[in-house]
Parts: sequence; structure tokens; C-alpha cells
Amino acid sequence: MPVLSVCALLLVWQVVSARFFPPVLFPTPVMVGKALVGEILSGRLLTDSVVSLRRIFAGFVLGCTIGAGLGLLMGSVRLARRTLDPFIQFGRFVPSISLLSPALIWFGIGEGSKLFLITYTTTFIVLLNTLGAVLSVPRNKIRAAQSLGATRWQLFRLVMLPASLHGIFTGMRVGMGLSFTTVVAAEMIAADTGLGYLILNSRLWFQTDVVFVGIITLGTLGYLADKTFQALIHRLAGRYAPTH
Amino acid sequence: MLKGLSLTIERGEFFCLLGPSGCGKTTVLNLLAGFEQPTAGAVRVDGRPVTAPGVERTVVFQGDDSLYTWLTAVENVEFGLRLAGVDAGPRRATAERYLDLVGLHGQGHKYPSQLSGGMKQRIQIARALVCESPILLMDEPFAALDAQTRSILQDELIGIWQQTGRTFLFITHDIGESILLANRIGLMTAGPEAGMKTIVPVDLARPRRRGDPAVGALYERLADMVSEEVRRAGALR
Repeated sequence: MPVLSVCALLLVWQVVSARFFPPVLFPTPVMVGKALVGEILSGRLLTDSVVSLRRIFAGFVLGCTIGAGLGLLMGSVRLARRTLDPFIQFGRFVPSISLLSPALIWFGIGEGSKLFLITYTTTFIVLLNTLGAVLSVPRNKIRAAQSLGATRWQLFRLVMLPASLHGIFTGMRVGMGLSFTTVVAAEMIAADTGLGYLILNSRLWFQTDVVFVGIITLGTLGYLADKTFQALIHRLAGRYAPTH
Repeated sequence: MLKGLSLTIERGEFFCLLGPSGCGKTTVLNLLAGFEQPTAGAVRVDGRPVTAPGVERTVVFQGDDSLYTWLTAVENVEFGLRLAGVDAGPRRATAERYLDLVGLHGQGHKYPSQLSGGMKQRIQIARALVCESPILLMDEPFAALDAQTRSILQDELIGIWQQTGRTFLFITHDIGESILLANRIGLMTAGPEAGMKTIVPVDLARPRRRGDPAVGALYERLADMVSEEVRRAGALR
């Protein structure tokens, strides 16, 4: 079924773009396909993809670590929750891209600014999901452990953490999606490599077909990354899903 | 929530706390378990005040959300031993023994999501028993089960009580259930400031049969008292 719907879309795209638009505004799938082959052969697509993925991966891992760590801390220690809450409530309304200017000033046009932005994005979404997951652990799961003699640390390690894992992973999946968005935005404004740069630069040269190559590559990479992540979670932590 | 409630439960007794819903039965259990602290008065076990949850008073909860869904049945049962630092080998052997006791022989490798409601409550009971705690606190553990499963589990629970000789406090709103199980039934008054209306000793021989006329007579007596409470509480509102 998914194969069928994708084929149908390609067909409609082909007909509409060939009949009603000049190629420079809306290239046909065939033209985009040719451009895709060209970009692959020249090696530029691979280079830009690797650059973007590396940025996403670094920021994602860092953001997940900070976000999950702080979320678990805030979820388990009341004082930490109360102390950090105003910053979380403020920060969640500040989109990462609005921090691009200070990031450029602080970290320069190189990798530092992108790493900062992606880390920032991932941290918040993972933190909020982690905190939510910890706070919604059913009370009876906690009380059962207490009545069986759990110490505070045992309660955290053997109940709160495993009960929250699924929520944490959900936050990470959302965070990965946002990382793709953030890296492209950052690369469009301040970079000379990466898929965001490829898309923007091709537009400046009116290579609309290459613009579409960039967009399709992004979607495909994101889809594959998400599927891989999901499979990994299922494989390594399937038993922590609420129903399995 | 509660006021003027005074209650002494003997060692090795099977005590049922009976009352209309919303009368504060669970609050009594939470106080005994140490999950909540009384604003006035005190809870004592063997003369020592209860200030926190402790392994000498294990709890079987209402519903099944207290089970650890990421652990198998046997891992749930041995949880208390794991907390106590018992080695994996002996720990597993003990847990298997208690699984047998609650009639779940050979089901230990399954996850809670693969088990029926009745089986999940059996796991909870085994998990509470495994620590050898002298006191078991049970909060309507069979309320959500179908009638057939419930009556089987009631009989099994009495068997377990007789085998282990521990003290059971069992909360229920089911009059028939309390008559089948209890040495004494504590009937609570209905809120808003609930207390103990009366304590009814059940001097019927065991095993008790649901069709026994003596059971029926006691049922009538208790049912009258419960509906009197419900009416009185309704008039107060």
C-alpha cells in the first residue's frame, strides 16, 4: 500500500509539473531523478548528507544526555524541580533558531554554533518528556517498592527509571525530528556545507531540481533515522514499552 | 477523613475492613502501610509507631498498576528479595516456590501484559508474601475480577493464610467476601468523618460455604447495617 501511494504521488507530480509549470519553477520527478543521479555521482550529495548527519548526531547525543539527565534529576528531586522550573518554562518558548545570532557570535560560523543549536533543541524536548514520564509513574508502582523495603536509590534505579524509559525514548524521537529541522535552518543561514546549504545554494543558481533533491534526501534520511532508532529501541528496550 | 477510629488487630488474625465506598477504608490502609501519616493519633505495630512504609507490612493493591510491566512474573515476585540483596539463585528458587503457592506454576516467564486479571492479582499476592512479612495489607484485591475467579482466589487466600499463619488486613466492600474470609469484620461508618461502627466476630467453622444458612443470616445482619449507614450518610448530605 505505501508503495502504491508513493507511485500515485509521483504520477500526479509528473503530470502536473509537465503540463502546467516551467521546469525552473516545478521540475518533473524525472528531471529531479536525473539531478539526483548527477549529485550522487559528483559526490556532493554524499558529502553534504554526511556533514548534516554528523551535526545532527553530535547535537542529538549531547542533547539527549543533558535532557534525560536533567529530566530525571528534576523528576526525582523536588528542590531541583522547583529551582529549574522557571528556566524550563521560559526556554521552551524560545525557538532554537532565534538563538542563531548569539550562537554565531559566541561559537562562530563553524561547527560550534550548529552543535549548540541542535543540542539546545534536543535538550528541551527530551527534558520535558523525561520529566513528564517520571512524574506520571503510577503511585502504586512507587508505593509497592516502598512497602517492599526499597531505599531511595533503589526506588530510582529499579522503578522510576525503567518506568520512565518509554517516555524518554518518545522524547528522543521527537528530538531527532526537531534536530533535522534545526540543522537545515542553521545551514541555510550560516554554513558552506550540509543539506541546508545545498538547498539554499541551488535556489540561488535556479537549480530547482537540485533543491528538490535536497528536500527528498532530507525526508528520506529523517525517515530512515527514525526507523532505525525505533528498531533499536524495540530491540534493546522493548520490555519497557507500556504494552508489549 | 477519619475520626475517632480505634482498632486493634491480633497477631495471626484475618481481619476484614468492610464499608461503603468512599468511607475511608483505603485511608486506613495507607496509614497502616505508612504511605500517609495521621494528623492526630497514632498507628502502632508491636507497640512501635509506624512512620514510613516498611517490609514488615507488605501491600496488595487495588487494580494491577502496581506490577512492574518490564519484569516477568517471577521477576516481579522476587522484587522484594532483590531489594534486600538476596543472591540471584536462592532468590529465584524462593520466588518459584511462591508462584507455586498462588497457583502460577510454570507461568513465571510471562510478562504481566500476557496474564489475565486474576493471574496478575496472584502475582501481587506472591510478591507481597515473598518477603515473609508478618503483616499483609490488602486493598480490595479481587474487586475488579469476575465472580468465578474471585471465589477461587478467596478460597486460595484462606489456604495461604492458614499455611503461612500471618496477619491479614483485608479491605472490601463485598459483604459476602468478608464473611467468607474474616475472623472479625470491622464495619466502618460512612463519611465525611468516618470511624468504626462496630466489630462483628465471625465464629463460623472453616471451610465456610457460600450456601451455608449461618452465612446467609450473618449476611442479612451486615447488609442491614451497611444500608443503614448508606442511608444515614445520604441524609447527612
